[in-house]
Amino acid sequence: MTYVFDFGAIAPYVPLFLKGIAITVELTVIGGVLGVGVGIACAWARSLGPRWLRPPVALYVELIRNTPFLIQLFFIFFGLPSLGISLGEMQAAILAMVINLGAYGCEIIRAGIEATPKGQFEAGASLAMTRLQTFFHVVLMPALQRIWPALSSQIVIVMFGSAVCSQIAVEDITFAANFIQSRTFRAFEVYIIATVLYLVLALILRQGMRSLAGLLFPRRRATR
Amino acid sequence: MLFHRRSIALGGLGLAVAAVMGLAPVDARADGLADILKAGVIKVAVPQDFPPFGSVGPDLKPVGYDIDVANLIAAKLGVKAELVPVASSNRIPYLQTKKADLVISSLGKNPDREKVIDFTVAYAPFFNGAFGPADVKVTKPEDLAGMTVGVTRGANEDMELSKIAPATADIKRYEDNNSTISAFLSGQVKVIVTGNVTAAAILARNPPRKPEVKFLIKDSPCYIGLNKDEPKLLEKVNAILTAAKADGSLNAISQKWLGAPLPAGL
Repeated sequence: MTYVFDFGAIAPYVPLFLKGIAITVELTVIGGVLGVGVGIACAWARSLGPRWLRPPVALYVELIRNTPFLIQLFFIFFGLPSLGISLGEMQAAILAMVINLGAYGCEIIRAGIEATPKGQFEAGASLAMTRLQTFFHVVLMPALQRIWPALSSQIVIVMFGSAVCSQIAVEDITFAANFIQSRTFRAFEVYIIATVLYLVLALILRQGMRSLAGLLFPRRRATR
Repeated sequence: MLFHRRSIALGGLGLAVAAVMGLAPVDARADGLADILKAGVIKVAVPQDFPPFGSVGPDLKPVGYDIDVANLIAAKLGVKAELVPVASSNRIPYLQTKKADLVISSLGKNPDREKVIDFTVAYAPFFNGAFGPADVKVTKPEDLAGMTVGVTRGANEDMELSKIAPATADIKRYEDNNSTISAFLSGQVKVIVTGNVTAAAILARNPPRKPEVKFLIKDSPCYIGLNKDEPKLLEKVNAILTAAKADGSLNAISQKWLGAPLPAGL
């Protein structure tokens, strides 16, 4: 049971890990921002949008929430080219992450919106706010504040989901780890490094989300 | 430690047996070829777990490239082929213990094996190479510059490709063979680097993008193995193979199982 660690064997591959971190961060940031955007739009559509829009959005949300991410990714990357839509691995990965986070984000944000007391809509209307103003100031921002911890966790989960994208040759942290493992056979060391990298990134991401909440909801800090 | 000591003891016993066998005088048996002709049966060791060279068919009988070659040789000798299914690890022991007269089991030649058995001329192509559709113009590794190339991560061909590919080649490394195949078929990569057996498996599905061989990376054709000191059998099998190459019957087997003609140099 004595294992001799040899991190030296991995030293030549450090640039690959650095590139992996950059790709994972890129995927998470772009996927997170666009995904939350899709989530807000879908949450609006499902709870306050026109009636005809609700069934298709519900279909999208349930379709994504009830199928594995890997299958969604393979469908986009390997399946869509049959229809003439050929996306590179980065585009495919980002699209899959946006679609995925959009569906989960929709349900999280919708929970926040539906917790808005009806009187607040009426209050918005009586202050002569337009529907859009009411939605943004009275409904959306308090809703986001309510569900911010859940949304933060979902974005962290999406970042971990990006590990799956290594399957289509996206060169993220997991790809770097698998690649280095296949060249050095130092599986233990390689996956320790990958674990630490993901852990640190997740902690940074959570802290970032907390700081962002401070910026977005300055006057509501007391309720947090 | 107990296990250790036991295995050392066993090893010692094995060495002793080998030494006795080595010292035993060569028996007076005439030659393998005469025995085979007299018995009317040739025992051929074939794979059963390595398609398309050998696998178990729907009727539970072995089928494949190696089985067809075994039957071809038996027919030319005018005897019946008795197929002996073997695993790749025990191909040579089957031969050495006379449980098989020939090993036709996608056997590659290397110096270690040449010390213990003899080889005929090559009978089947086996190589890693770059494959792509007809409209992709690639003839050498340098031509991969700026091209997307798919390969299975960590496989032998990945190691070779990483050495010879130009720096601007965009190598996409996939998790397993199936992903590499899918990436090629869906057009995500222009060229794949893989074994001719994998390419044959793709061709067997008759896809719109047909992988044609562009250049070889590592060539290790298959040979028929037989025991040493069987010059007559060796000569006869070589003659049969040479004739089969000339009259196109071996080429037909290659077309049938690998979906490609025999390479010119084989």
